[in-house]
Amino acid sequence: MSAVLVLAEVPALPLNEAGKYVAAAYIVLVIIILIYVSIMAIRLSRIERELGELLELSGAPKPEPEPAALAAHQESTPA
Amino acid sequence: MYGKGLRSLSIVTVAAMALALSLVFFYAPLEAEQGFLQKIFYIHVPLAIIALCGFVVGALFAIAHLRTRDSSWDMRSYVTIHMSLIFAVGALITGSIWAKGSWGHWWVWNEPTLVSFLIVFLLYATYQPLRFAIEDPERQSRYASVFAITAGAFVPMNFIAVRLSTAYLHPRVLGGTSNLPGSMRLTFMVSLAAVTLLFVTMCKYELTAKHTRAQVRALRRRLVGEDGSPARRGRTAVPAVGTQAAGRSGL
Repeated sequence: MSAVLVLAEVPALPLNEAGKYVAAAYIVLVIIILIYVSIMAIRLSRIERELGELLELSGAPKPEPEPAALAAHQESTPA
Repeated sequence: MYGKGLRSLSIVTVAAMALALSLVFFYAPLEAEQGFLQKIFYIHVPLAIIALCGFVVGALFAIAHLRTRDSSWDMRSYVTIHMSLIFAVGALITGSIWAKGSWGHWWVWNEPTLVSFLIVFLLYATYQPLRFAIEDPERQSRYASVFAITAGAFVPMNFIAVRLSTAYLHPRVLGGTSNLPGSMRLTFMVSLAAVTLLFVTMCKYELTAKHTRAQVRALRRRLVGEDGSPARRGRTAVPAVGTQAAGRSGL
């Protein structure tokens, strides 16, 4: 009860007004992490492409896909 | 290898972030003056602290580079400063959002803490262009290390100067944690630990990615016979790292 009285007296922003600022601040953090993950994904795909090119240059046979990946591919391919 | 232990570190980071967010929204009480708006501090203050500490750590790595001439230290310094800049952007944006909610302004120019942080940010914003401006990899790494050390020494000096100033308008969180209630202090410390883990994890990801790319380039040189001269490498701000030295140890 005393805590409610204290909160009623203090000049705090009401939840509906402060909530948008708090949400915005935490969304900024999420966006920064998402942008970083996207950049890492682009880099990873570039490295994968380069490795594929190098594999072709080396003349080595392409590695066999893993059985699980192969089964998933066959399931998704129409007969 | 840089990637060693990256999976476990990532899992620990995600768990720490989840714990920190749970504590912020379900455990920490509302602050009497700021109310719900104070919840921003649990992310804004750790971001600012880690960004500043990252700049200092970058300077320490630069000292190690100048002492040993090992380019892997230059790479660590580069990645740490790069990541600190990203965290500093986060601190500036979350700080501005808090200022708008609390003071009614996005930015206050007569507040020493805000302006000094912006000065440090702008100082480090010149690090990348400085590297890019120097084509020779050897000179680039040396000049960048000297810059990182000088700017790194400026960070604590700047921090102390602001603390000694008479205007205490900006809320003090670090140093004032003893005045915080136990639940708020615990939440703040967990948030700080979570953001630290996030910083270290992102640095390790960056180092691993750069090292892998260097290895792919080395492999291409071996297979195709391309030379690794600066002319071939092209102008870049990223340090040139030998694939042997780079992967010797982690962050």
